Amino acid sequence: MRLIIPLAITFTAGMLMILNFFIPHQPFRFLGENLQEWYLIVASGSIFLGVMNLMHVHFRKIKLKLKNWKYSPVTIIGFLLMLVTGLIYGVTELKPFDYLFMNMVAPMGATMFSLLAFFVASAAFRAFRASNWRATLLLTSAFLVMLGQVPVGAMIWDKIPLAKVWLMSIPNTAGQRAVMIGAAMGVVSTSLRMIFGIERSWLGGAD
Amino acid sequence: MADFYEKLGNIDRRIIFVLIALAVIIPIIFGMVFPNPVGAEPSRDLFNYVDSLPEGSNVLISFDYDPSTMPELQPMAEAIVLHLFQKNINIVGMALWPQGASLGQDAMSSMADSLGKVQFEDWCNLGYKTGGGVMIVRLGSSMSAVFPTDRDDVLWSEIPMLRGITSLESFSLIISLSAGDPGIIAWVMMAGDRFGVPIGGGCTAVSAPTLYTYLQTGQMVGMLGGLKGAADYETLVGITGGQAVRGMAPQSIAHIVIMLFIIIGNVAYLSQRKKGGAK
Repeated sequence: MRLIIPLAITFTAGMLMILNFFIPHQPFRFLGENLQEWYLIVASGSIFLGVMNLMHVHFRKIKLKLKNWKYSPVTIIGFLLMLVTGLIYGVTELKPFDYLFMNMVAPMGATMFSLLAFFVASAAFRAFRASNWRATLLLTSAFLVMLGQVPVGAMIWDKIPLAKVWLMSIPNTAGQRAVMIGAAMGVVSTSLRMIFGIERSWLGGAD
Repeated sequence: MADFYEKLGNIDRRIIFVLIALAVIIPIIFGMVFPNPVGAEPSRDLFNYVDSLPEGSNVLISFDYDPSTMPELQPMAEAIVLHLFQKNINIVGMALWPQGASLGQDAMSSMADSLGKVQFEDWCNLGYKTGGGVMIVRLGSSMSAVFPTDRDDVLWSEIPMLRGITSLESFSLIISLSAGDPGIIAWVMMAGDRFGVPIGGGCTAVSAPTLYTYLQTGQMVGMLGGLKGAADYETLVGITGGQAVRGMAPQSIAHIVIMLFIIIGNVAYLSQRKKGGAK
């Protein structure tokens, strides 16, 4: 039963969604829309699961004094502070939650992402080598795109932004499309394998 | 000399970090602004599409990003919102990312205040809902089923501007400002392809190459890629001294510094390879 029930639910739900897509009439429409709402409810519930997991991981880290445990109280206090202010005052503008979000969360988040510039520069210096003609081609394209992506490219030569648009629209698109078609076919194939119970790894080894 | 090239190829990364920091900080301190000509870019296509919308149209903006990508996407949000308000187009905001709802609120309310636009009449923010692509499909059949209230718990039925809106098909355009998944691709697949609503968007510079595919097929009407896309839109809308345009000088100099380092690394590499020291 541990195997049959999840497989039956997956088959029924998967087939209903496919039928709903190809036959958007009753009763498939009603069933499909209900399934979508169930999904939204389950997905909302997973947020609470995430919160519990976050708390469990960090309380455990503090309790066992694991590596970098000193950062865990900051995470817990920050989380509880946002939670309490949000619950008490709501998330509307000019309230404590909004104030904390716009003046602490937003600048800190932006700061973390901006560190990427430093690592990109360091990695590009060490790894971007014209070791053969293909790597040289990639390097030349990268230079053109980097220059075309900023006004200084047009200041050097007004054709550089055009070269960037051409590179992005033609060779890049050809490559991207091949990758996307391949990935989409993989998604279709894996989905069908799951719906028909051929692919069972998502059951966590319960076969 | 060989020793020199070896040293050149092994520059301490802290030197790179300091030079990148200076490349960004100095133009900001001195207020350097580079002219930002807008060519035949996808940003112009998005601007032209928005500009062609009739007064009173409804546009949905999905703020699918968080503070980490805010430096690139928030200027886009503000420029697009300003353009829509200038054209007297109604804006319905929402988010597929939890923190996007607050950032969207900030962009819409700041622009609304400066132009005298009224919340619930000219714009509203429905907030965040989980579910990604599935939620978008549900919006295609009923928006009020997914968002019975707005972000501030005001009932859908009590918001005057939402009276004529039933599903995604009520919108003339959907704009997703996206930092990843769920984002523009979900909107293209679920709202554009399935319900035939035109999709435009803005994204970080690193994710722009993926989306060019959708521009070529006409699945997207236009796109803003990275800070340059935001600067283009600010220029087209006529914002003087906008955040993104001001950001072009530090970004230009940082790009040049990175390119110089790549050249230095390659000079060292090729010299060493000539002497048989590198492969």
